[in-house]
Amino acid sequence: MSASVIFKSVAELSALLAAKSISACELMQAFAARTTAVEGRVHAFNSRDEAGALSLAAASDARRAAGQTRGPLDGIPIGFKDVIAVEGQPLTASSKMLANFISPYDATVTTKLKMAGAIPWGRLNLDEFAMGSSTENSAFGATANPWDLTRVPGGSSGGSAAAVAAGEMPVALGSDTGGSIRQPAAFCGLVGLKPTYGLVSRYGLAAFASSLDQIGTLTRTVGDAAQMLKIIAGHDARDSTSLSTVMPDYSAALPKKSRPWRIGVPKEFFGPGLDAEIGAAVQQALAFYRSAGAEITEVSLPLTAEYAIAVYYLIATAEASSNLARYDGIRYGHRARTTTDAISIYAQSRAEGFGEEVKRRIILGTHVLSSGYYDAYYLRAQKVRALIRGEFMSVFQNCDVLLSPTTPTAAFKIGEKSADPLAMYLNDIYTIGVNLAGLPGISLPCGFTTGGLPIGLQIIGQPFGEAEMLTIAHTYEQGHAWHTKYPNL
Amino acid sequence: MNPSADINIEYVARLARLALTAAEQQKLSQQLGDILHYVDKLKQVDVTGIEPMAHGSPVFNVWGADVIMAGFSVDQALQNAPEQRDDSIVVPKIVE
Repeated sequence: MSASVIFKSVAELSALLAAKSISACELMQAFAARTTAVEGRVHAFNSRDEAGALSLAAASDARRAAGQTRGPLDGIPIGFKDVIAVEGQPLTASSKMLANFISPYDATVTTKLKMAGAIPWGRLNLDEFAMGSSTENSAFGATANPWDLTRVPGGSSGGSAAAVAAGEMPVALGSDTGGSIRQPAAFCGLVGLKPTYGLVSRYGLAAFASSLDQIGTLTRTVGDAAQMLKIIAGHDARDSTSLSTVMPDYSAALPKKSRPWRIGVPKEFFGPGLDAEIGAAVQQALAFYRSAGAEITEVSLPLTAEYAIAVYYLIATAEASSNLARYDGIRYGHRARTTTDAISIYAQSRAEGFGEEVKRRIILGTHVLSSGYYDAYYLRAQKVRALIRGEFMSVFQNCDVLLSPTTPTAAFKIGEKSADPLAMYLNDIYTIGVNLAGLPGISLPCGFTTGGLPIGLQIIGQPFGEAEMLTIAHTYEQGHAWHTKYPNL
Repeated sequence: MNPSADINIEYVARLARLALTAAEQQKLSQQLGDILHYVDKLKQVDVTGIEPMAHGSPVFNVWGADVIMAGFSVDQALQNAPEQRDDSIVVPKIVE
């Protein structure tokens, strides 16, 4: 039973449930058994509540038997990156600071998924407070890449990617601040969707960098990403940065093709530093689109290529230093027991609760916001950010989407980059501009290296242009079989 | 001014309310020096007349409806408190 369902897409599982070929309880048991079997090697979860998930599965079966099923996600297990609140479940952000924190409420995306009948299945590992690109910065141990257990799954949503890739669940939520969904999707052979800033509510997401963070999905197929987006997207009065926008039926739009697509290829994303096998795989994807009638144009994003990482690490750390000020050991989170005066309790609780990368970013962010440095660093970064957005918008006057590799290399070895923060930061070079400009982006599998590691193709859409971006991605997926491969674990 | 040269870790750590060991200070000083040196390249960009961008979307103000919504119960609010007594969070004494 289990081997036949654990690598199926949400759409396939949904059809099996609808046909009553399998019950939600049997499905949940299959994923729980698979998780028990592989978790010792993968370590994608921070925690999981098998009994709770099984009782929700039984409720889903009861709804179906009564003819009251809630739609395609009813009875589907979904993993949550351990920064998205599910009432009554732990939320650690993979930090000692929140090791014992229990969410007192549901995130808006959680409420929407529960209404759709989905079953929250586990809290998934990440780089502490989503700060990292490898899931090595977790206070609870690193996650391994299911394709090669000696390599990282990417990050920061590495637990989410590894859990889906390993067949522990068919879909997981992640968050993407600089590539934290798309890069792990690329490293683990999955589809990773980062929606337009403002399309999905951030209410109930532990904040890292509020002007860049966006919740999205890790799935096996583009169709599943479209289905999930339809459910989690939409304006939310509890997140004033979520926008009211017309939401098309993303799933229904997938088979449609309005006109020959105009695909822009940023030449700077194919320069030095790009692994030759990845470059070749992306060129083949371009050839596929060309043969499908698309108009391929070379475009240039010089400011993004040269300055996006610098802008990102100033803005993201500045916002993080401000957001993480709330962790002071007073109302919730870790409180130091070694000292008694108020100021020392703040400083000591934070010293004990935060890991090395979080401390590094808090210090950098505090420095760039401090008197005498604000204009030179933070304000200047915000201005260059505006230029970067302008550069994208100008390119989009002649292109529907942009196409590039998701990452310069395939998954790297655990420990390979952890000693050099700057080298780790540079890994995000193709994904980070999308967050700065507030655009949607998707990574989908487009091949394997000779060493058997997945390669990701990134498609960047226009603001709120998810429908067209997903349709273009879906067209590629329909012509290839990469998404049907899974690791031998 | 060469900002990268003069990051005062001890001062910044105090602003951030973050206690650092001498070893951490030394390591951070070197690593942040490298990172600040890297981001110094932003000085090459001409930003004359450019409005700073604070957000991923061009929205500048949002009004919330003035309606009463349910808040936390006492139990919910205290559920994660490190120390509590008599429906309150116990905090360190700040006035002698």
